[in-house]
Amino acid sequence: MKMKSLIDRIGWPRLIIGLFFLLLIIVSPIMGLSLTDVFSDVLRRWSMFGILVLAMVPGVQSGIGLNFGVSLGIVAGLIGGTTAIEMNFRRSGTYQPWADLGLSLLIAIPIAIVLGYVYGLLLNRVKGSEMTVSTYVGFSAIALSNIVWLALPFKSGTLVWPIAGEGMRNTISLEESFGGIMSNPDVTARQPFPLNLLAFKVGGVVVPIGTILFVLFICLLMWLFLRSKWGVAMSAAGENELFTKSNAINVDHMRILGTVISTVLGAVGIIMYAQVFGFLQLYNAPLMMGFACVAAILIGGASTRRATISNVIIGTLLFQGILTTSLPVIKQLMPQGSTLSEVIRIIISNGIILYALSKSRGGNQVEG
Amino acid sequence: MSEQAVLSMKGISKEYFGNKVLKDVDLVVKPGEIHALVGENGAGKSTLMNILFGMPVIHSTGGFKGEVEISGEKVEIMNPNDAMHCGIGMVHQEFMLIPDFTITENIKVGREIGTPTILSKVLGPALDVLDRKKMRDDARQALSRIGLNIEEYVKVAGLPIGYKQFVEIAREIDKTGIKLLVFDEPTAVLTESEAERLCQIMQLIARQGIAIIFITHRLDEVMSVADSLTILRDGELVDHVSTDELTVVDIAGRMIGRKMERLVEVKQSREVQSDEVALELKNFHVDMPGEQVRSMSVSVRKGEIFGFGGLAGQGKLGIINGIMGLYPVKGEAEVFGKKLNFSKLGDALENEVAFVSEDRRGVGLLLGESIEDNIIFAALQVKNKFTRGGGPFRLVNKKEVREHALKMIDIFDIRSTGPRQKTGSLSGGNQQKVCLARALTLEPKILIVAEPTRGIDIGAKRLVLEYLIKINADQGMTIIIISSELVELRSICDRIAIVAEGKVAKILPPDASDATFGLAMSGLSIEEGEEVEL
Repeated sequence: MKMKSLIDRIGWPRLIIGLFFLLLIIVSPIMGLSLTDVFSDVLRRWSMFGILVLAMVPGVQSGIGLNFGVSLGIVAGLIGGTTAIEMNFRRSGTYQPWADLGLSLLIAIPIAIVLGYVYGLLLNRVKGSEMTVSTYVGFSAIALSNIVWLALPFKSGTLVWPIAGEGMRNTISLEESFGGIMSNPDVTARQPFPLNLLAFKVGGVVVPIGTILFVLFICLLMWLFLRSKWGVAMSAAGENELFTKSNAINVDHMRILGTVISTVLGAVGIIMYAQVFGFLQLYNAPLMMGFACVAAILIGGASTRRATISNVIIGTLLFQGILTTSLPVIKQLMPQGSTLSEVIRIIISNGIILYALSKSRGGNQVEG
Repeated sequence: MSEQAVLSMKGISKEYFGNKVLKDVDLVVKPGEIHALVGENGAGKSTLMNILFGMPVIHSTGGFKGEVEISGEKVEIMNPNDAMHCGIGMVHQEFMLIPDFTITENIKVGREIGTPTILSKVLGPALDVLDRKKMRDDARQALSRIGLNIEEYVKVAGLPIGYKQFVEIAREIDKTGIKLLVFDEPTAVLTESEAERLCQIMQLIARQGIAIIFITHRLDEVMSVADSLTILRDGELVDHVSTDELTVVDIAGRMIGRKMERLVEVKQSREVQSDEVALELKNFHVDMPGEQVRSMSVSVRKGEIFGFGGLAGQGKLGIINGIMGLYPVKGEAEVFGKKLNFSKLGDALENEVAFVSEDRRGVGLLLGESIEDNIIFAALQVKNKFTRGGGPFRLVNKKEVREHALKMIDIFDIRSTGPRQKTGSLSGGNQQKVCLARALTLEPKILIVAEPTRGIDIGAKRLVLEYLIKINADQGMTIIIISSELVELRSICDRIAIVAEGKVAKILPPDASDATFGLAMSGLSIEEGEEVEL
C-alpha cells in the first residue's frame, strides 16, 4: 500500500524516466565515459535551462497553457545581450563582465514586458487554442528577429561578420563579456573575492554554484509570488475562469500578467543560458528552445493546467540529464557518425514531449 | 372507449441508484389525442420519456420495471432507433437541426432517398446518388401537412426560431408510420404568436390521427389544446383525466400537492417590519442563455429571508448570475440604496453582497485547490483579509487562514481529511458547505444563495437551511434564496417571488395555497379563490 501511494505521488512517467536516467548514469562509466564529466554536464545544463523552464509556470498557472512562445522572451534577452556588448564596445571596449550582464538584463526586461503584454492581448483573443497559437508566435518571433539581427546598426567586432562589417554573426562569443562569470571556474578564478567563489571544482566535478543559486533565487521569488494575493488570483484564473470572474477578478488581466512574467523569465533565462554556455546564439538557434522547456516541465509532472516549482526543478534535472548523458552513450554505441546520434537525440526529446502531452490530456483537471 | 390505445405504459417504475424517480406510473394515449403531461421539475416527466425512447441513460442504470405497449402490442424499446421503428417521434426543445443544410436536407437527413449507381452496387447503398427531386417532394408534402408555407430549399440557418421548430415537426411527420409525437416543452422558446401557431399545428396533426404527448408547464396551453392529461408529482401518478373535468386551479394544486418528505414545516408568515430596502431590482434584464431575466422589478427588505422560486429555465437563476456580473445586464440594481455599477467587475461583492452559485463545480469552487484556499479566496481577493505585507505582493498569511478554515470546518461540520483536502474530492454536500463558508467569510450584508440544496443529502440539506435561518436571526443578515425546490423555500422564506418567463409572476407568503403557487409557476396571475375559466 505504502509503495503504491509513493508511486502515485511520484507518478509513473517520472518514475520511468528517472530510472532511465539512473540507468544511463550507471552505463556511462562502463562505456568508458568519465562520471565526473557526466555530473559536470548535468549540473551545467540544469543551471542553463532552469529559468527558461521556470518561465512555463506563470503561463500554465494563468491559463494560457504551455508557453511555446517563450521564444519572444528569448528574443528580448538576445537583444539585451547584444546591445550590452555594443554599448561596452562604444564605451571603452574593456573587460567589464558585470556591467555587461547588468545592462543586458536592464535592456531585456522592459522589452520583454512590452512584448509579453502585446502577446498576452493576442492570447486573450484566441482562448481555447493558446498552445497552437503560441507555437506559431514562437516561430514567427524567431523569423522576425532574423531581420532584426541583420538590421541593427551594431559595430562591435565581436558581434558583426568580420568581412562584411555589418549584420550580426550566428554565434557571438561572450569570452570578452559576461561568459562564464557565474559558472566557469576558469573565468571566476580571475575575479576578486568573493566573486571567485561563484564556480568551483570538487573532485573534478564543476559546480556552477553562482548560477545554481541564482536559479534557485528566482524560483524562490516565483514561489513567493504564487503565494501572494496576485499569485493566488492568477492561479485561480487558470483553473476556473467563471469562479475567478465571480470573485471580482479580471481573468484577462491575470492572463496578461502570467504572459508578461513568462516572457520576462524567458529573457532572463536566455541571458543566464548564454552566460553558462559562453555564447549568444542568434538566428534560428533558439527556434526549438520552447519545446525543450515544455518537455522538461511536463516530465517534471506538470500538466497543461497546473505547474509547480518542484515540477521545474525535477523536470529540468531529468530532461536535461537524459539529453546530456544519452548523447555520449549513443555516440559510443553508434560510432558511424554524429548525425545519427543527433537524430536519436531529437527522437528522444520529441518522444518525451509527446508522451508527457498525451499524459496531461483528457484527464480530469482535478487530478493534477 | 373501445378505441385501441396508441401507447400504453403500465406500472412503470424506475430508480437511479436507489433513488426512486418513478413509482408505478401509467400513461395511456389514444390515437388522434393531444395528451398533456404536466408536473414540476423532477416530477419524472423526462424520465418517463427517456424510458419511452429507450435512452441509454435508462438501460445503463439498470433498466426499468413495467410494460410498454404500442397499439396493443408489447414492445421492448432498447434504443432510440427501436422507438423510431415503433412510430414514435420526438420534437426536441433544443433544435436538432443542421444550420447549413436546407430544409429538405434537414427533414430527410438519415433517411435519404437514393438511386443506385454502379459504385453503390459494388460498395453498398450508402453511396447511392440522392434522388433530390423525390426528397423535395416529400419535404414539401410534410410541410404542407402541418400547414407551413415555406420554400423547402431554404437553408435552416437564417430561419426564425418558430420556423425551426416547425421544420423539426415536419421531419418527424415525414417518417413513415409515425403514430405518436412527443413535444418536449415546445413553446418554451417561442413567442406568443408562434406558440399559438404551434398549438394550431398540433391540432392539425392530431386530426390526421397521430397522437401527441405534450409536455409543458404552461397550463393555459394545456387547457386550450389538450384533450386529456396526466399529472405527475414526485414520480407518482396523481391524476389521469380529460381536460374538461378540471380547472386550471385544480391542475396547479395537484401539481404542487403535499410532499411526503418535509424538512421543516411550512413557515408561518412573518412580517419583516424594517422599511429599509436591502436589494432593489428595477427593470432588470439579464442575458443568460436559458435563464433570461426580462424586465424584473422587485425589492427585498433588510433582514428578510426572501425566496425566488419557479420552474427551470424561467429566469430565476439569471438574477443571481446577473448581479454577480457573470452575464450582461440591463436595468438597475440597488444595494441599500446604492446603485451597482455593472461595468465594473465584482461591484456587488464590494457592496457587501456575497454569492453561492448554483453551479458548485463550475463556478462555486476551485476543485483542484484545498478547502482552506477555497474558503478564504473571496475574502482575500475582495477584502485583503488573511494577508500580510502590502501592495500587489502582499502574501497570504497561512496561519490565519488555517485557523479560520478549521473554525469553518467545525461550524459547518465539513467532513474531510483536513483543511488541505482538495475540494474536488469532497461529496456534494460538503462542497456546498465550503461554498457557503467562502461566502460568509466575506461577512456580507446580503447573502444570495442559489440552489443551496441541489444534489446534497438530507442531513446536509437540513444543516444548510438551519444555518441560513440562524445567521438571519443572529446577525440580521438579509438572505435571498433561489431554489427550484418549493418545499425548501416555503419552509424558510418570509416571502417567495415566483419567477415565470423572466418576470416576477407573483410574490407569495409561504403559507399560500398550493394552487396559488402552481398557477404562479405556470405564469398565470390569477387572484386566489377567483373562479377560473379558459
